[in-house]
Amino acid sequence: MTPILTTLTAIPALAAVLALFAGNRTSVARTIAFVATLLSLALSVWIWFAIGADGSMKFVERADWVPSLGIEYHLGVDGLGALMLLLAAIVSLMAIAASRKVATQPGLYFALILLLESGLFGTFTALNFFHWFLFWELSLIPAFFLIKLWGAEGRGRAATQFFVYTMVGSVALLLAFLALFLATGSMDFEVLTRMAATGELASAIQAHLGPITLWLALAVLLGFAVKVPLMPFHTWLPATYSKAPTPVTMLLTGAMSKMGVYGLLRLALPIFGHELAQVRTPLLALATLTVVAGAWAAAVQKDLKRVFAYSSINHLGYCLLAIFAVVLPSSSSATSQLSQAAALDGVVLQMFNHGLTAAAIFWFLTLLEERSGGLLGIDDFGGLRKPAPVFCGLMGIALFSSLGLPGLNGFVSEFLIFRGVFPLSWVSAAVSVLGLLITAAVILTVIQRVFTGPLPEQWKSFPDMTAGERVALAPALVLMAVLGLAPQLALGTINATVMHLLAGWRL
Amino acid sequence: MLALTIYLSFAGALLLALFPRAWGRASRVFALAVALSGLAVAVAGFIEAGTQGTVSVADVAWIPAMGIHYTLAADGISRVLVLLTGLAAVAGILFSWNIGDKDGDRANEFFAFFLALIGGVYGVFLSVDLFLLFVFYEIAIVPKYFLIAIWGSTRREYGAMKLALYSFAGSAMVLIGLLAAYAAAGSHTMNLHELAQYNFPISFQMWAFPLVFTGFAILAGMWPFHTWAPTGHVAAPTAASMLLAGVVMKLGAYGCLRVAMTLFPHGLDPWGFSFLGIGSWRTVFALFAAIGIVYGAAVALVQNDFKFVIGYSSVSHMGLVLLGLLTLTQIGLDGAVLQMFSHGILAGLLFATVGRIVYERTHTRDLGALSKLQLGKAMPFAAWLFVIAGMASMGLPGFSGFVAEVQVLIGAWQAFPWFAVVAGIGIVVGVAYTWRAMQRAFFSDAPMAAADGVPVPEYEPVTWAEKAGVLLLAATSLLIGLYPRLLLDVISPAVQALPHALLTGGRP
Repeated sequence: MTPILTTLTAIPALAAVLALFAGNRTSVARTIAFVATLLSLALSVWIWFAIGADGSMKFVERADWVPSLGIEYHLGVDGLGALMLLLAAIVSLMAIAASRKVATQPGLYFALILLLESGLFGTFTALNFFHWFLFWELSLIPAFFLIKLWGAEGRGRAATQFFVYTMVGSVALLLAFLALFLATGSMDFEVLTRMAATGELASAIQAHLGPITLWLALAVLLGFAVKVPLMPFHTWLPATYSKAPTPVTMLLTGAMSKMGVYGLLRLALPIFGHELAQVRTPLLALATLTVVAGAWAAAVQKDLKRVFAYSSINHLGYCLLAIFAVVLPSSSSATSQLSQAAALDGVVLQMFNHGLTAAAIFWFLTLLEERSGGLLGIDDFGGLRKPAPVFCGLMGIALFSSLGLPGLNGFVSEFLIFRGVFPLSWVSAAVSVLGLLITAAVILTVIQRVFTGPLPEQWKSFPDMTAGERVALAPALVLMAVLGLAPQLALGTINATVMHLLAGWRL
Repeated sequence: MLALTIYLSFAGALLLALFPRAWGRASRVFALAVALSGLAVAVAGFIEAGTQGTVSVADVAWIPAMGIHYTLAADGISRVLVLLTGLAAVAGILFSWNIGDKDGDRANEFFAFFLALIGGVYGVFLSVDLFLLFVFYEIAIVPKYFLIAIWGSTRREYGAMKLALYSFAGSAMVLIGLLAAYAAAGSHTMNLHELAQYNFPISFQMWAFPLVFTGFAILAGMWPFHTWAPTGHVAAPTAASMLLAGVVMKLGAYGCLRVAMTLFPHGLDPWGFSFLGIGSWRTVFALFAAIGIVYGAAVALVQNDFKFVIGYSSVSHMGLVLLGLLTLTQIGLDGAVLQMFSHGILAGLLFATVGRIVYERTHTRDLGALSKLQLGKAMPFAAWLFVIAGMASMGLPGFSGFVAEVQVLIGAWQAFPWFAVVAGIGIVVGVAYTWRAMQRAFFSDAPMAAADGVPVPEYEPVTWAEKAGVLLLAATSLLIGLYPRLLLDVISPAVQALPHALLTGGRP
């Protein structure tokens, strides 16, 4: 059997080494990155279509690694994993395409991006905590250096803040899984999930370590809460997103933020679902806060990158809302199972949709930045529709996808989330509707201030998008419309996976 | 077949967006062709269905896992409103015929947004699946925003944003109500007909009804949530004002009837106690509607901006629609639907006169300034047009408005005698503001410029497109006024087919 997933992860890692040799030749390094990522994309498209629709793990690879520590090389993907691979490949490709001007050391820059991509692939395929964690951390290091070396002014502080916050979360995760290993002798996600489902896990922890199961659950949660982020653990994000070079922000918000949501679905809910259900109400309150306050914070920002940084918090807040609404203890009725499935379908689709849309929006910001000489304040522009109608029209599509306009991708996933959450926790759903409303106001304000209104003298000859840029962005925009009109294309596989996941969990 | 109206409009919008900018004239010709074929389909569908009940249009599984289907169907009410949309679309394009003359007009974009809006409106009127209805409802909001924000006039950014936010707030309320209904009915279907069969608990209907009704009524311009309407109308370019008053406000009223009242008929039941004589949501909303009728008319009476007069008159006329709906009598509901159609036509005519024919030539909408221009002599066509449209709008027999308003008033008289009196006062004030606007704009005998020796100013002659648009709308209003059975024979069976719980008529 060919180790498809290992190959997928290895391609960008090997290309990273090659790119390092490119040194100062930007075009060489960029071409290497392009080819490697295109290959990965082709492979992940193939994986997505090859996994079938029964929702179980496919392309499984197993090999002993450190048997004495319960460490096994164990890879596999289901619909969730495969969709994330696809997203990671798409967003990486977009980020590489958007990185046309690299100030210094292009070889290193593209090598780090490829390494980050490899870390993403590894995280989305690993099924044993040990090397899952390895990849989780591996993706952190290139991100840190990308911010630190190529970021905007104030980058040092932002990079450090990003690193420290995420590290705290990681340490909490590590400690919790070490405790699990002590109690059960295994670090395998599938084994731990099975033990959790039978209740064996809780009693093993109780027997070996005392009554700390809930604390372990909270530690795991913290790791992911920082990454997504859940308010109030979000404070690293706006500075990081706005100081990072914009193509790197595309990766951060498009793909890396999904690692947190993915972790919740792959690790936290299967293993600690029962414990998290005990603290469901405060978690729902925090998720609702994330949705509403994230949108509100976006509304008062003056810098476009910060606007969309907070808007990302808001959009992923819907995922958190749905995930916490799903951890409903003793939900056996058919109706609530249907709602749980709808909510999780929405979450998985929203992860993909937000990744695609946010990456596209930050790509447009890159183009804007290149043309304005670095200016990205919301008040720096106005009336750009006149000199650059195509730019405004196409960016408008991405913005409306973010707003949740029907016919585009964002609407379907947010609708599914609300449709699922409403029966499970109608108060938090009803309050979160405010988030939708404020987001609409934010997006319309951006359109109004940047695209319409009086045109300042300095932008009279603002260059419109070139043919190459149009062609480069078109696939992303087309995908938004396709997923908006025919969500069934993705939802079939997603729903099968979600059903399979739900069947294996004890909440 | 009626589904073609939706596809034609969206396909037309998409193609127009791809047109080169320089094709200003080609864009408008193409848009007119699309709108005309939409109207042709609407008329053909209307004739073909005759007085039948609901005709199915399309039914395809869309997101089967969620029980969401692409289901379209049209009962008499839908068919009448689709017809209205077709007429408004054609007239709107005829009255935008000056867009595309200049290179900077971006005519292709203007007409693309215009047709996208029309497509969304057709979609709402034809949707049976609530998810689909909501999708089209939201799709209609965005082009409206752009039409105003880009091609509008007075405080266009403010007007556009206010309108969009009010609409989104309304649809958020609707969304909550729809999801709640979906969950309460067992989460199997979004089909309106199937959900209407489900007996939602009374306590549930008691909160879901006002939520969804208010959500939709915001778009219908119900007092006190009407403030977006006058500012939006004034800021919008003429064609957009016509659509806004002509069909978009009807979306709100249609949603009130089709979704809120059909799904939650018991939400209209008495609470079991009364406060200041108000004992049910039905009375609350009827009161709002009655206040809207008088308030809109009274404010129209003191406006100096000609477009504000028409804007507020829309609030007043939509109050009649809502009052008619809440009578819960056959005649009142018939009247309400007919009033939707009639006001759609007449508001179009009035906005066209004021915004296109007069304003494009005089570049002022201030009644004081207009009174010095002797428009009665300089622009006899506009003057007589306004006389006719104003008469029709104030409810002169022979025009569509009369038949509709009389029915609403009879219904209201049975259901809420006091509100009928209030509505009657509103209609009287309506005569007053129309008269005043007519006097000041066209027939002012205050400082006659001619007496001072200043010649009557010359204006561009009325174009063929303007004449065609006027003819289309005025003839329709006259036709329906003289032979209302043309529509009523289609509307009445559809009203009778509404849930029995709704039409017990004249409940206290």
